[in-house]
Amino acid sequence: MAELQIFHDSDVDLRHRAKHFTGRVVIYGVLLVWTVICLFPIYWTLTTSFKLAPNVMQGHLVPFLDFTPKWKGWESIGLSPRLIGQESTVREEFLKRFTNSTIAACASSMLALILGSMAAYGLSRFQYRFGFMRNPDISFFFLSQLILPPVVLALPFLVLYKQLDLLDTRIGLILLYTLTVLPIVIWIMRDQFQAIPVELEEAALVDGLSIWGAFIAIVLPIALPGMVAAFILSLVLTWNEYFFAALLTSTDAKTLPVMVASQTGSQGINWWAMAALSASAILPLIVIGILLERFIIKGMAAGAGR
Amino acid sequence: MAGHGDLLHVVTADEISERRRTFGRLLVWGSLGLMVMTFAALGLAQSGVIELDFKDWRPALYAYLFWATCLGIAQVVLHGEQGKRSLFILPATLFVVAMVIFPLIFALGIAFSNWNLSSLEGRSFNGFDNLRQMWGDPFYWNALKNMLYYTAAILVEYAIAFGLALILASNIRGRRFFRVAFLLPLMLSPVAVSWMIGKSMMETRFGPIARFARWLGWDRPSFFGDPEIARATIMMMDAWTYIPFMLIMILAGLQAIPREIQEASRVDGASAWRGFWEVTFPLMLPVSITAILIRVIFKLKLADIIINVTSGGPGGATDSVTSFIFREYRDRSNVGYGTLLAIVYLVLIVVAITAFMKLVNRWMNPKYLHG
Repeated sequence: MAELQIFHDSDVDLRHRAKHFTGRVVIYGVLLVWTVICLFPIYWTLTTSFKLAPNVMQGHLVPFLDFTPKWKGWESIGLSPRLIGQESTVREEFLKRFTNSTIAACASSMLALILGSMAAYGLSRFQYRFGFMRNPDISFFFLSQLILPPVVLALPFLVLYKQLDLLDTRIGLILLYTLTVLPIVIWIMRDQFQAIPVELEEAALVDGLSIWGAFIAIVLPIALPGMVAAFILSLVLTWNEYFFAALLTSTDAKTLPVMVASQTGSQGINWWAMAALSASAILPLIVIGILLERFIIKGMAAGAGR
Repeated sequence: MAGHGDLLHVVTADEISERRRTFGRLLVWGSLGLMVMTFAALGLAQSGVIELDFKDWRPALYAYLFWATCLGIAQVVLHGEQGKRSLFILPATLFVVAMVIFPLIFALGIAFSNWNLSSLEGRSFNGFDNLRQMWGDPFYWNALKNMLYYTAAILVEYAIAFGLALILASNIRGRRFFRVAFLLPLMLSPVAVSWMIGKSMMETRFGPIARFARWLGWDRPSFFGDPEIARATIMMMDAWTYIPFMLIMILAGLQAIPREIQEASRVDGASAWRGFWEVTFPLMLPVSITAILIRVIFKLKLADIIINVTSGGPGGATDSVTSFIFREYRDRSNVGYGTLLAIVYLVLIVVAITAFMKLVNRWMNPKYLHG
C-alpha cells in the first residue's frame, strides 16, 4: 500500500503558522522588555544598597559575580547584622520616620474606609434630600474632591494648622490624608455595594435586624474584598505622599518620603546609603504589591466597570 | 458617574412625641449656639478685646466636633428610622465640609492679602495686587504651559498602556507574573523614584541609563541640561509610575467585553487590525475616557518628582504649577500670593474639566440618536 498522505498542510496554512510563531516572539519580546523596564530600577536600588564606591564607579551590576555585597549602605541607617544589636541614633531616626509613615498611612486609610463605606452604602441604598442636594448631587460632591489639587489646600492648611496647633502632628497629617483618599474609597465602595442584591438586607430587616445591624452583620462581610482593595489603594497613596508632609511636618511627624527627599542632595556619590534608604521606603509596598496584587487590581478595575 | 443600584425601600412608622422633638431641636441649636459662642470668644480673645487665656484655636475644633456629634444624635431623635439613615452619610459630609469647604473659603481670604509667615507683621489685605503680580509673572504662565505639555503626554501613555493591556488580555503564559511585574512601579513612592531613576540611574558618569545611552552612541548624555530633554525625562519618569494604573483599568475593561463580539467580527472576516479599530476600540471608549480623565486628574497634581529631581530647572522648563507654588512658598514664605496662584489654577482646572466632560457627553450621546 503506497504511503499516501491525504491531508496536506497547504502553503497558505504553513505561512499562517510561521506568522503565528513570529507573532508570539514579538509578543513575548515586548513583554520581556517592559518587564525589564519595570523591574530594573527596583533591582538597581536593591543591589546598589550593597555596593561600595568602586562598584558604583565601575558600574557593576550583578552581585557575587561582579562584586561582593557589603552591608555598608544598610549600616548608614543602622540596619545591618553587625549593628542590629547596638544602640544606633541613625536607626532610631529612621525607625521614627518609618513609624510615622506607617501610622499616618494606616490610620488615614482606616478612617477613610470607615467614613467612605458608610457614605457609599447610604448613597447606594437610600434617597436623600438635603435642600437642593439629591443623591447624584451628593455623589458628585464627594467625587469632585478628586479634582481638587493638593496645592490649593496646602497653604490655607498651613495657616489653619498653625492656628489649631496641629502643625507637625500626626493627627493633622492623618486628617489631610483621609481627605485625599476619601473620594477614591467612596467610588470603589459604591460600586461594591451596588453589586450586592438589596434582597439580602430586606430579608435581614424582616428577621428583625435594624438597618445598621444589617449593614454591619450582613453587608460588610460580603463587601470585605472590596474594602480590602480600597484600603490597600489608600495605603499606597498615603504611604507615598510627599507634598503635604513636606509642607506641614518638620521634626516630630516627619514621614519617610520627607526623610528620603531631604537626603537626596546631601549624599553625593554615597549611593549605597541612599539606595538602602530608598529600598526601605519602597520595600513594604513592593511586598504588599506582590502578595495582594489581586485586590489592588480589583480596586482599580472598579472604576473601569462603568 | 451617575448610575443607580437598587434602592432599599422600607416603610417605617415612626411616632415622634412632641417632647422628643423639642429635645432634638434643643440638642441641635444648643450645640450650635455653643460653637458660635466658642468661635466668638476665641475671635475676641485673638483680637485682644477680652482677656482669655487661649493660645490657639483648638477649642473651636472641639466645639465643631461636639456640634457634629450632637447633630448626629439629633437626627435619630428627630427623625427616628429616617434619621438613622442619614447617619450613613452625615460623618463623611461634615468631614469634607470642615476639611474642604471651610479651608476654601478661608483660602479666598488669604488669596487677596499679603501675608508673609516669617515676618511679624501678619496679614494685610492688598486687594488685587496679587492678581496683578500673577499677570506679570512669566514663571507662572510658563508653569501653566508646561502643564499643557505634561497633560498632552498622557495620550502617549494611553497608547502604551492600551498596547500592553491588549497583550496581557490575549492568550499568554505567565500572565500573573507579568501583571505583578507591570504593577510594581505604581507602588513606589515618587520621592524614592526620583532618587532611584532621576538622581542615580541617570547620573551622567556612573548611572546605568547614562552608560546605556553612551553605548547607544550619545557621547555626553545629560538628561536635565537641555530644557526640552529635561521635560521629556520628567514625562517619562512620571509615565513610568502611572502607566500601570491606566494599564489595569484598560485591562479590566477589555476583560469585560464579551468574547462573542470579537469572535463574531473574526468570523465575518475582519482582520485583527480592523477588528480592533471597529469593534474593540469603540467598545472600550467609555473605559478609556474614565481612565484618561482620572489620569489627567492625577497628572495635574504632579510635583513630587519635579521638586526632588530638577526643582523646576533648567530655567523653569520642567516646572509644574504645584512645584512652582511649592518653591514660591519655600523661597519667600508668602502664603497670600501662593494661594492666589493655586486658586487660579483650580478655576482653570474646573473650567477645563467641565468643558471636557461636556464635549465627551455630546460626543458619546449624539443628539440625533435621541431624536
